[in-house]
Amino acid sequence: MKTNDVPTTPTPLNEHYSLRVNGRDLPVQDAWIGESLLYVLRERLGLPGAKGACEQGECGSCTVIMDGSAVCSCLVLAASATDSEILTVEGLGPDGSLTDVQQAFLDAGGVQCGFCTPGFIVAVHHLLDEIPSPSDLEIKEALSGNICRCTGYGRILEAVRTVAERRSQES
Amino acid sequence: MSSLLTDQTTRPGTLGTNASRPDGAAKVQGGFAFSSDMWADNMLWGATLRSPHPYARIVSIDVTAAWAIPGVETVITADDVPGKPTYGLIVQDQPVFAPVGGFVRYAGEPIAAVAADHPETCKRALAAIKVEYEVLQPVTDPEACISGVAAQIHPDGNIFRHQRIVCGNPDIVGDIQVEGTYEVGMQDQAFLGLEAALAIPDPGSAGVELYIATQWLHEDRKQIAECLSLPEDKVRLVLGGVGGAFGAREDISLQVHTCLLALRTGRPVRIAYGREESFYGHVHRHPAQIWMRHHADRSGKIVKIESRMVFDGGAYCSTSPAVLINGITHTQGPYKCDNAIVDGWAVRTNNPPCGAMRGFGVVQACFAHESQMEKLASVLGMSPVDVRLVNAMETGDTLITGQVMDSVAPVAQCIQKTADIPLPPPLDPNANELSVPGGTGLTALPSNIRRGVGWGVSIKNLMYSEGFDDYSTARCRMDDGVVTLKFATSEVGQGFTMLAQQIARTILGVDEVLLDTIDTQVGSAGSTSASRQTWMSGGAVDAACRAVLSDLLDHAASSRSLDRHSLTIEGTDVVDSSTGLRHPVAEIARGVAFDRTEEYHHPVTEDLDENGQGNCHVAFAFVAHRAVVDVDPDLGLVKVVQIATAQDIGRALNPLSVQGQIEGGIAQGLGLAVMEEIVVADGKVRNPSFTDYLLPTFLDAPDVDIRLIEEWEPKSPLGAKGVGEPPCISVTPAIANAIRNAVGKELPRVPVRPYDICF
Repeated sequence: MKTNDVPTTPTPLNEHYSLRVNGRDLPVQDAWIGESLLYVLRERLGLPGAKGACEQGECGSCTVIMDGSAVCSCLVLAASATDSEILTVEGLGPDGSLTDVQQAFLDAGGVQCGFCTPGFIVAVHHLLDEIPSPSDLEIKEALSGNICRCTGYGRILEAVRTVAERRSQES
Repeated sequence: MSSLLTDQTTRPGTLGTNASRPDGAAKVQGGFAFSSDMWADNMLWGATLRSPHPYARIVSIDVTAAWAIPGVETVITADDVPGKPTYGLIVQDQPVFAPVGGFVRYAGEPIAAVAADHPETCKRALAAIKVEYEVLQPVTDPEACISGVAAQIHPDGNIFRHQRIVCGNPDIVGDIQVEGTYEVGMQDQAFLGLEAALAIPDPGSAGVELYIATQWLHEDRKQIAECLSLPEDKVRLVLGGVGGAFGAREDISLQVHTCLLALRTGRPVRIAYGREESFYGHVHRHPAQIWMRHHADRSGKIVKIESRMVFDGGAYCSTSPAVLINGITHTQGPYKCDNAIVDGWAVRTNNPPCGAMRGFGVVQACFAHESQMEKLASVLGMSPVDVRLVNAMETGDTLITGQVMDSVAPVAQCIQKTADIPLPPPLDPNANELSVPGGTGLTALPSNIRRGVGWGVSIKNLMYSEGFDDYSTARCRMDDGVVTLKFATSEVGQGFTMLAQQIARTILGVDEVLLDTIDTQVGSAGSTSASRQTWMSGGAVDAACRAVLSDLLDHAASSRSLDRHSLTIEGTDVVDSSTGLRHPVAEIARGVAFDRTEEYHHPVTEDLDENGQGNCHVAFAFVAHRAVVDVDPDLGLVKVVQIATAQDIGRALNPLSVQGQIEGGIAQGLGLAVMEEIVVADGKVRNPSFTDYLLPTFLDAPDVDIRLIEEWEPKSPLGAKGVGEPPCISVTPAIANAIRNAVGKELPRVPVRPYDICF
């Protein structure tokens, strides 16, 4: 804070708007207008899958899909996303079942502490939608905005390769 | 029903298989509850005011304006701590809050905390607290503490510990001598899951329940209860999901503050640090300066090692004395050495407090001794492999502490298996720019790249040392055939919950194993650190399951008139070896219940004496790393191409998990080698963010080629050694040696920065 004066409080929290998340319109009530999309998803809409770990778009833990683009939800003002279609990790698998990407992360050992995992899962779905058969370098570059501190990325690379291969065999 | 069919295959989910993580599906779907995801009705948010000065006396604190802000429910300072005003793992020298009239000793030290209705209200309340400081000159030079010229900045003094090791003939001189002074920068654990906790007060604030991401619930509880002046049974800790740890959650951070705010307001309170605050909120890897001189004969055999190590512990003690002991007792590395003189210091400064991080003092020692081995090879004209093989430690050798190496010690095998791994092909002149140092933007040209190869080999102690009984406890219940395990072992991502299920499935012949909540309602498990939980908590779960198995077989014998001594478990059956008849465990266990709690203790160790002699460590593990790097010598950019490694693991209880630990550890060691450093100037952290503190990304991760050395460790309850720490230790000097090999410079410091290479 830059001032020594008593600052004004964010309360009363009286903003009302709605966000379209995972195909549903969700009302956001009594919010402070300065809240990030990450905060609103996690603290107001009961969707804690996106994680906060750097607050400046460096680590990718908060990755969600917004109008078809992968974005860091910590850098998006929630109130500016009212006209957008938002997809979070919770909206990926139909009826609570695992997607092929989620299953591959488990099979390949791509999950340890799991904190970066939801962001990675969303980013990998986005990558494979854009580039169905990526090279290793394309995988690494596309996911270089997602930091994992546990795995050293080896098992995650294996998971992505596996999904791409399976999808190409099926199609 | 009994049958004579035998189960010859390895059952899925048992020991030795790649069992599924019990937390896996929740983690990939986003439903796993990390401590930062905890929520309670009527919850308040907490936040902490921290000192901007590394050293100052607090003249006054005025919280009036903060109280006046609507939405603020309480403001607390040192005056509001009802019990012990300080905490700490080894000595309690760190204030819960710096008091008026007292001192802040590092930039980021807590002074006050607030609870309010919204994180934003908290920020404003913190900004409204007026603190008057008498700013003092910080002590930032460890040598000034050793020489005594620095002002004493704490009543306990500026020396955490001084320890010598004197072994063999200190006057002996080798034909060949090499020496150097090496420096290791301050590394951050940088777990992804930031510090967070939720405290829920009991009615009338008679006690508190804390959901917390920690490495050691019981030690936390002990320190919290003392500060709160509550009996331990009024402080219940439940493990909140842990987003990585790596040593940074061994010390108290927000635990006491969160409980105090909850008890004061009578409402649930959550504190969640942001990334910048996290850099101030936990201890880091000790920066160290190490001088080393190796004496060798002309065949390359080490004759004597002399060393002086200085670890900067920062403002508070944390685990500095233990880190120091680990450093100096690993001076020789994984090599035979009969004569040594080592002088080690851990000192207090006004720099950020340092404590546990993966490798715990051995990382620093290893960087020095492996840099020395490379120099020795060069002076002798030997290969880096041969100079290490000539000296490779074996079981039965006597260490410089006088302790006899009684662990399996396949050092030569680690080196040879690593050397056998094929080198990668040379850099393609037309390589994609993402494959060359610097990455995109045509930063470096393949034609200008020099390739280097370097080696690092290490030894790491397992479990706690110097007489500490870091036992673990586990409870196993079998009720109508349903097995439930209970323990307080912190699952930080390493996969202990999965391993515990594997143990129970294997011993008890069941497929389904339930896990009770990880909390303080069972005995201590010790810390998830020091590569110890597979051995220690694995040993406790193993013991509890075996006790239940014994009860089950007693019951089988008595209820079916069988010979107890001929009953064993095979697969999911109880087998009577006298008749060959098989009885499914599910049938034997029907309608009965067994409940056993067991502790596992490792063999007793002892303190070092004044000459650094004593059986201070429990066991050891070994690993070799060979690094291949591409370097642009003009730009100072490095790309780590390949890490080849062979690791002594005892036995792979879950091969995929072992691989994950090895690859993850290598990435952290790579970080220390070429990019990760908390930059501190005049006691202040200059880069407390992920924009400025650089972590290895996907593109920085090298190809990793692994060989597992599986020689069962007879001392270990499951035959396995801890695998968490060794991967991150010698990979750092291996990379540094590879860069030295590529550019021909001494490079005595890690991380190696671009300007170290260029100038």
